[in-house]
Amino acid sequence: MSAAKNNDTIDITVDFSGGLEMLFDNKRRYSVSLPAVDGSGKPVTMAFLIDHLCTHLMKDPRVDLFVLDKHIRPGILVLINDADWELEGEEAYELQPRDNILFVSTLHGG
Amino acid sequence: MEGDTREAIQDKSNVASSRPKNGVPNGSDRRLTDEEFERYSRQMIVPGMGKHGQLRLINSSVLIIGAGGLGCPAAQYIAGAGIGTIGIVDGDVVEPSNLHRQVAHATSRIGMAKVDSLITHLRSLNPLPTYIAHPFHLTAQNGADILSRYDLILDCTDNPATRYLISDLCVLLQKPLVSAASVQTSGQLIVLNCPPSPQGVVDRPCAPCYRCCFRKPPPPSANLSCGEAGIMGPVVGMMGVAQAGEAIKILASALHLPQDARGASGASGASDAERHLTHPHLLIYSYDLASAIGPYTFRALRMGGRKRSCFACGEGSTLTLEGIRSGNPDYVQFCGGLAPPPHAGLAPEERVTAAAYDAARRKQELPPHVLLDIREREHFSLGSIEGAVNVPFGKLLMKAAEIQRDGGEAEDVLPREARGSGKDAPIYVVCRRGIDSQETVAKLKELGLDHGGTRKIVDIVGGMKAWKDEVDPRFPFL
Repeated sequence: MSAAKNNDTIDITVDFSGGLEMLFDNKRRYSVSLPAVDGSGKPVTMAFLIDHLCTHLMKDPRVDLFVLDKHIRPGILVLINDADWELEGEEAYELQPRDNILFVSTLHGG
Repeated sequence: MEGDTREAIQDKSNVASSRPKNGVPNGSDRRLTDEEFERYSRQMIVPGMGKHGQLRLINSSVLIIGAGGLGCPAAQYIAGAGIGTIGIVDGDVVEPSNLHRQVAHATSRIGMAKVDSLITHLRSLNPLPTYIAHPFHLTAQNGADILSRYDLILDCTDNPATRYLISDLCVLLQKPLVSAASVQTSGQLIVLNCPPSPQGVVDRPCAPCYRCCFRKPPPPSANLSCGEAGIMGPVVGMMGVAQAGEAIKILASALHLPQDARGASGASGASDAERHLTHPHLLIYSYDLASAIGPYTFRALRMGGRKRSCFACGEGSTLTLEGIRSGNPDYVQFCGGLAPPPHAGLAPEERVTAAAYDAARRKQELPPHVLLDIREREHFSLGSIEGAVNVPFGKLLMKAAEIQRDGGEAEDVLPREARGSGKDAPIYVVCRRGIDSQETVAKLKELGLDHGGTRKIVDIVGGMKAWKDEVDPRFPFL
């Protein structure tokens, strides 16, 4: 992990659910390849991924339905390998190869 | 207090079904009547249930809040399983648009209070339980009185403000809460506050409340309702049935009793079931109209336990029943309030009422123009104003962003059929309710489609809702 080189990549899957897929071209699942380290040589984190999704994957301009004030907007749960990301360090979590990241908006209808 | 409530309920159910009273608290050791024996036989022989589990159900009470898409299927299985007392809260009446998913109601009961309609159905399914009608909406004022009479609460409501209210009441009254929600093709389910622990206890693992899992509501603009976004019957039905399943399991295993009150069974420490409940799973059902069932149709996501910092149940929480009753916190405000709908600051000449647009059309006062309908394709397919062309709002914004980013012809945001109307042909924009259309007018001008003011771009005020109200009462507005 600490031996990540500048040209290494990490392959992960990113899923959207609960209506968020609408912001991502109605696709529920993406395979995403990220550099293993960011510009300053640190391992890439969830914060890096969220930024990457906004700039590269999101076709819908309504970014504020996904990110508000530079953080995931209230009402969206983030799961890292099916566990609440609060258990994993949230934005500071360092991504690992084959991680599955799920963004799901909470529902209120019934 | 718990015991008193249950005994009172048992008395009532005895009266209702003429069951012999055996004087044993909770009826934990009485005989089943022949009718009960026969009716519940198939579930009693399931490993883990038995007569003991059945008696616990008979002596339990469940409150179902909401008699809609979740509440109907949940109530059917709650009643079928023989839970002794079943309360139902709802202030609405049955409407035709409910029936594709709210399957315990009936065409013959359109216009009837949902609570009465549902109880009618449940009685014909199982006459043994005691049914209690609460034919009004749950509020901060009436909530505590109602919830306190039941052992377990099912949240089958449809809006965030009520969901936070119910959760807060469950924390303060120490009631387990089975919460579900559903919209379009997605559903969610989670068991909260089970087993209940006193507010503020954080020195041992405790189950989370709704606020622990969902600290803040989404902004109102991001919140979808079934009425606006649509809902598939089996999706919400599946969630309602699963709620009943969780409730039955909890009551049959007595997991609804507060941790402290269950001393005897907890002698050897927390059971596996309890450890599991203090870190509950959020079940997500997402279904895709265009693909087969797959590995991600159902997902179970592990959530955290009670949060030390939780506003409702955490350390030093100041939430009280008295506070809630007197309007503190303000749930409507917390969930975004009744803010006036956003508007794009259009000038009066950039707006026209549906009635005025129709009149001008009829008198042939309008030059050839583009009528741009920006509702979703499904809405458009059900009916539109003659001559309208469709580009869904989301697609239009996406295309506009692409043009602004990568360059290209501004005209390309319009559908091909609209481009032949002449370069300065006015554009009239209509949506469902007249909010997105204002934003669209502003966006089209920003793209330069108004050609510096020589071309009119106009919002039809109030959208197709206004068209139905002012022009065509038979228009199929959804």
